[in-house]
Amino acid sequence: MRMIDYLNLYFRYIGISVRAQMQYKASFIMATFGNLLMSAVEFFAIWALFDRFGTIRGWTLPEVAMFYGIVNTAFSISEAGVRGFDMLPNLVKSGEFDRILLRPRSAAFQVASLELQLLRIGKFVQGIVVLAWALSAVDVAWTLPKALLLVGAIGGGVCIFSGFFILEATLSFWTTETLEIVNAITYGGVETAQYPLVIYRDWFRRFFTYVIPLALVNYFPALAILNRPDPLGTPEIIKWASPLLGLIFLMVTLQIWKIGVRHYTSTGS
Amino acid sequence: MKAYFAIISARFRMLLQYRAAAIAGFGTQLFWGFVKVMIYEAFYRSTTTPQPMELSQVITYTWLAQAFFTLMPFRIDAEIRRMIREGNVAYELLKPVDLYNLWYSRAVANCTATPLLRSIPLFIVAMLWLGMQPPDSIASGFAWAASMVGAISLACAISTILMIAILWTISGEGFMRIVPAMVFVFSGNILPLPLFPDWAQTTLQLLPFAGLSDLPNRLYVGNIPPEHVIFVLAHQLIWTLILVAFGRWLLKRGTRIMVVQGG
Amino acid sequence: MPQIIVKNLVKTFRVAERESGVWGAVKGLASRRHRIVRALDSISFTLEPGELVGYIGPNGAGKSTTVKVLSGILVPDSGEVRILGYVPWKERIQYVANIGVVFGQRTQLWWDLPVIESFDLLKDIYTVPVEQYVKSRDELIDLLSLADFLDTPVRQLSLGQRMRCDLATSLMHSPSILFLDEPTIGLDAVSKIAVRDFIRRINRERATTVILTTHDMDDIEALCNRIMVIGNGKILSDGTLSELRSRISNERHLTVHLANDGIDIEDPDAEVIDREENRIRLRFDPDKIPAATLISRIASRYPVRDLFVENPPIEEIIAELYRTIK
Repeated sequence: MRMIDYLNLYFRYIGISVRAQMQYKASFIMATFGNLLMSAVEFFAIWALFDRFGTIRGWTLPEVAMFYGIVNTAFSISEAGVRGFDMLPNLVKSGEFDRILLRPRSAAFQVASLELQLLRIGKFVQGIVVLAWALSAVDVAWTLPKALLLVGAIGGGVCIFSGFFILEATLSFWTTETLEIVNAITYGGVETAQYPLVIYRDWFRRFFTYVIPLALVNYFPALAILNRPDPLGTPEIIKWASPLLGLIFLMVTLQIWKIGVRHYTSTGS
Repeated sequence: MKAYFAIISARFRMLLQYRAAAIAGFGTQLFWGFVKVMIYEAFYRSTTTPQPMELSQVITYTWLAQAFFTLMPFRIDAEIRRMIREGNVAYELLKPVDLYNLWYSRAVANCTATPLLRSIPLFIVAMLWLGMQPPDSIASGFAWAASMVGAISLACAISTILMIAILWTISGEGFMRIVPAMVFVFSGNILPLPLFPDWAQTTLQLLPFAGLSDLPNRLYVGNIPPEHVIFVLAHQLIWTLILVAFGRWLLKRGTRIMVVQGG
Repeated sequence: MPQIIVKNLVKTFRVAERESGVWGAVKGLASRRHRIVRALDSISFTLEPGELVGYIGPNGAGKSTTVKVLSGILVPDSGEVRILGYVPWKERIQYVANIGVVFGQRTQLWWDLPVIESFDLLKDIYTVPVEQYVKSRDELIDLLSLADFLDTPVRQLSLGQRMRCDLATSLMHSPSILFLDEPTIGLDAVSKIAVRDFIRRINRERATTVILTTHDMDDIEALCNRIMVIGNGKILSDGTLSELRSRISNERHLTVHLANDGIDIEDPDAEVIDREENRIRLRFDPDKIPAATLISRIASRYPVRDLFVENPPIEEIIAELYRTIK
């Protein structure tokens, strides 16, 4: 099946999802507002900490705001697009997943297209606003490569978080109730990535660099953009290649997904 | 009374079945708490200005908040939500018990079953290895225990209101997203309340949510002296009564105009 | 050339056992016991293109397991399956484009969408060329009388209407094989007849191979030349309806309406099955006594107002067969 078919189909699916959400306008507006409010309060907490403490190990609020902006923008995009995977346990339970397998299309694609969560726009807007402010407040000599790197960082973040959601759903093929742990790492990952990696303990830092390359998609690009040398001495090339590693992570999770589907078809429901 | 006990024990059994969830939940709290602690450590190291709370107190506070995270009314009972969405809530009304009390006991059941699986292990682990301190004094310990009872009744009152709010399916949905978020923030789960700016302190202390986690935690670490437990309990009690009354009123209105969505 | 080849298909499941009570639940935290269920115990059969086959068996016999394996969504433990040259679960995406599956209990349509939009969406999912789609769609709408509710969201349809839409959907892409799992369950009498007529017609006109699982014996009698009976994971019978009948028993039933009630019928070669006021049903073996002989004997001895001979209802035959499984 050609790529253009899939693209066309994707837009039709999310069209349906959007229309369904728009049916409940009041609820949608409240939910989006709530999403925005919650994100704003989260950042307020960070601001409050800087208000009291001034800096965090030499990093200033605008710099941390840049981390925050990149991560939250990326996260909200993947939340909006890939949250369909959240429904997987229900799909399995109701037998709807069987129906998905009976259609001549990739299962992952069908699950992802189930829903485009519009309310995540709240967090997206908040993330962009913080990022915009951060970019105006930091001292950066902007070049085209740096601008591209910024976009790449966001893109890489979208890949990694999408990978998390897919992984979380895949686990539900094996056990019904361990979504929490991946959920924890996802949200914990967001909170972790909002701050410069150096403040964390060594082994923690290494986990989020090598096992889950979260650091790669925002910390290292941010370092490159800010022209800050990495206190840990990571080579320059890594900083620029990081968004690509986010993409690789996504590919890996999709392979694990395939294994999950294989397991499902072998054990039945 | 027996009916309520039966509900609690049934819930217990159900939660025990999901052993993987229990372990996963434990891991979750551990991870989050750990991240927060590292962040606070880094901040405290960056300044010598005295703060409303010491680092060790903040660390203990954070672990307490994580350990008892499951008591907090952050989410709506998924079963109730489904029940209402599918129109089965009518069956709840047919039961020969007061509906508010029924749902309140359900909230209590949720509050008491999970903590034993998560809170106590986390408490122990944090105390042994993660820098959590024992109560500031024996008096503080008792004060904290008393305030936890208040916290639970308050939490259940809020939980029940959330359950009832879903009866208004259309506007209830939006409400459902905002209130748990507010609860999360204003109970001190994002940031210990004393660390918020000074100008916000009065408002934060007055809100009911402080009684859920912040006030008990501060009694524990001694930030609120144990003699002041009376004020904490009064705060929790007054808000609990207000919220129970509100919940009952809401339920009465809700069952009258209930929109039963057939399926 | 057989279209569907099934050889020595085996499928087992591990079922967790849970203990009851609180203490059982605590024990469940540490370890869980499992039981092995042999859902398919080396079954084999072949189907030629265009056959209309009934696949029946008691609950838990392995019917849905078989359908799941044949439709490619369940991987068996061992055995060989070749359908249209594919191994269903190995080449899922290419294979399923050639089949249609209808589950009686669950719809494949989008709940909130108008019927016609569901059709349209599926056209894109199956990449059916537009002309072929329009022709197929219009034909199916006509055959199944769907025109009146094309714009209605699926959730507002009655069960009968929904089933007809599901049937249409499953054939929209002109598959060679159709799996129908309990298609008439819960339908009213009129809808059942409509569905049966439709299935018969599709099978005849489009030469679509149909595998029908059902509990409704009227479906079987109305549609199927060939019936496979599965029990405890094994194929117990595979042949025509009359072969099945004669396998179990050769008996026939004679129903007699008497002029007055309160009369008992006794006959050396016939056995009373049941009676209701003045109506008595007898069973006899036509090999031992020809129907005509029995009739004239009864008629001469008793005040008979009306009588007729028939085959025992297929339910009884099947029930008898199921009993042999236990």
